[in-house]
Amino acid sequence: MARKLLLEHINVPGINTFDVYREKGGYRAVEKALKTLSPDEVVEEVKKSGLRGRGGAGFPTGMKWSFLAKPEGVPRYLVCNADESEPGTFKDRFLMTHIPHALIEGMIVSSYALGANTSYIYVRGEMMPQIRILERAIAEAKSAGFLGQNILGTGYNLELYVQPGGGAYICGEETALLESLEGKRGNPRIKPPFPAIAGLYGCPTVVNNVESIAATVPIINDGGEEYAKIGIGRSTGTKLISASGNLVRPGVYEIELGLSVEEFIYSDEYCGGIANGKRLKATVAGGSSVPILPANLTLKLASGEPRLMSYESLSEGGFATGTMLGSGGFIAFDEDQCIVRNTWNFARFYHHESCGQCSPCREGTGWMEKVLHRIEYGHGKMSDIDLLVDVSRKIEGNTICPLGDAAAWPVASAIRHFRDEFEWHVKEPVKCLDTNYGLANYAEPIAKAEVTTGN
Amino acid sequence: MLRVEEQQPVEFSSALIARFDEIVKRYPEGKQKSALLPVLHETQAELGWLSTSAMDKVAEYLDILPIEVYEVASFYTMYFLKPQGKYVLEVCRTGPCCLVGAERIMKHIEDRLGVKEGEVTEDGLFSWRGVECLAACGYGPVLQIGPEYTFYENLNEQSVDQLIEDLRRK
Repeated sequence: MARKLLLEHINVPGINTFDVYREKGGYRAVEKALKTLSPDEVVEEVKKSGLRGRGGAGFPTGMKWSFLAKPEGVPRYLVCNADESEPGTFKDRFLMTHIPHALIEGMIVSSYALGANTSYIYVRGEMMPQIRILERAIAEAKSAGFLGQNILGTGYNLELYVQPGGGAYICGEETALLESLEGKRGNPRIKPPFPAIAGLYGCPTVVNNVESIAATVPIINDGGEEYAKIGIGRSTGTKLISASGNLVRPGVYEIELGLSVEEFIYSDEYCGGIANGKRLKATVAGGSSVPILPANLTLKLASGEPRLMSYESLSEGGFATGTMLGSGGFIAFDEDQCIVRNTWNFARFYHHESCGQCSPCREGTGWMEKVLHRIEYGHGKMSDIDLLVDVSRKIEGNTICPLGDAAAWPVASAIRHFRDEFEWHVKEPVKCLDTNYGLANYAEPIAKAEVTTGN
Repeated sequence: MLRVEEQQPVEFSSALIARFDEIVKRYPEGKQKSALLPVLHETQAELGWLSTSAMDKVAEYLDILPIEVYEVASFYTMYFLKPQGKYVLEVCRTGPCCLVGAERIMKHIEDRLGVKEGEVTEDGLFSWRGVECLAACGYGPVLQIGPEYTFYENLNEQSVDQLIEDLRRK
């Protein structure tokens, strides 16, 4: 059984309440940090842990914290990014629903490290039930003396508030999130200045994902060095993976980074294989933005070595044969799924969610959606396939924020690996309406893989 | 696109204003505009949708320009700028949910309610629409119903029928 740091007590009845959470060792990290460590020492532990941002970018959290400007007399802010909107990702919702105090405890420890006296948790507006859960958890923590004035008699003050979003994927981008928190449209800001210098209300601000903040709790409890021993290479610790699509047991799993992809998909401890006895066709390993991979490249690197669930192994081979860990939104496609239709679906999503500031993204995402729609519905031309590649290249890297890249990669990678399926749609405009290309010739068909490790 | 029309003036209840007052306290002095999104959620929960007059009242309350409210309300997808059914069924239509049948569910809802996406049933009870990823991909197909955004997971035709029946009887 793999080690669990965040979900260890997930099955304990009442773990969503303060009393049970506390009984299971909760809020020890707050006591340890506030009573025995200086803020800089907390930052140092997080640096030592090697924790990398769990929202998608994978930037080292400790380093991000150390960039925070500390001018005299200016408030500093910690803002938690709980705007979880990346298709395929639902781990933060899970954590906030079942163990809200893990996030509250992490917020207190992290705010202390950064010297913030007011912190916000920006939760996507659709998660109204989770907002109520967090508000209740905050009230509980406050009446137990872990929030408010002079916490645990240490002289440290912290107010924590939950802010609802309004329904916009773009607000997961940290500067768009800050704009939204200021009551504006979620248009990403031009960087620099980075939020660490000028963020919320122009003050130094750190924005961290829910899971990153919750991970500071075991890091402070056990020490950064202990945390760094888990995982593989520069992918330290555990990671919550949201598994969805055609799996026997979709859901949220905490894995030690370095687990093999094959074991994750097929072992009974995790997803239990592909649903309905079908074969795996493709996966999107880290949320809809990362490149899609055919089954063979999902399970093995181009060299034939097994691929692992880690930042490095998933991106091994670059975009030619690799992908990214991203937010850990793992989507599995069985042999009956149509790659063209799914690519069109994602393109529509990005078109819908583009904020409209930058022309390449605003216009390009719309063009990609239209062209993919006509290929999917049997009106495509052979030249459309290269046109899509061309449009995706003109979006990528030419926008203020990464939404442009996020929209370009799924399209470019689908054509890279499944070009023959796109061509089939053009050649068979009638047949493609009611049948699918299936596993066919896209790559070597993958037999149901034998699990060689674990269990 | 936001179309400004002549509308009946609205009055906010004192209970609603009291909730606004609580929200505004979360932000530093002079940053009350930060309250805009949560205040709009509260307003919509009370009135069902955001009319121009309601948005003007919000602007007045927060001491900002009406256009600052309009541009936000029209940017975010959760705010309704025209009247909806009492229950708005919002079905996730993004990739992972489609892998497990979301498109079939939307078609079923359309047939069952007898109205197209965005339209309101004659009795005023229902409207429905497809929305983008709701971060519940492992439990798809899913739909949500505001203003509390209750979640209904692992949908099939039977559970959708049951849900519609239950809401009708409520």
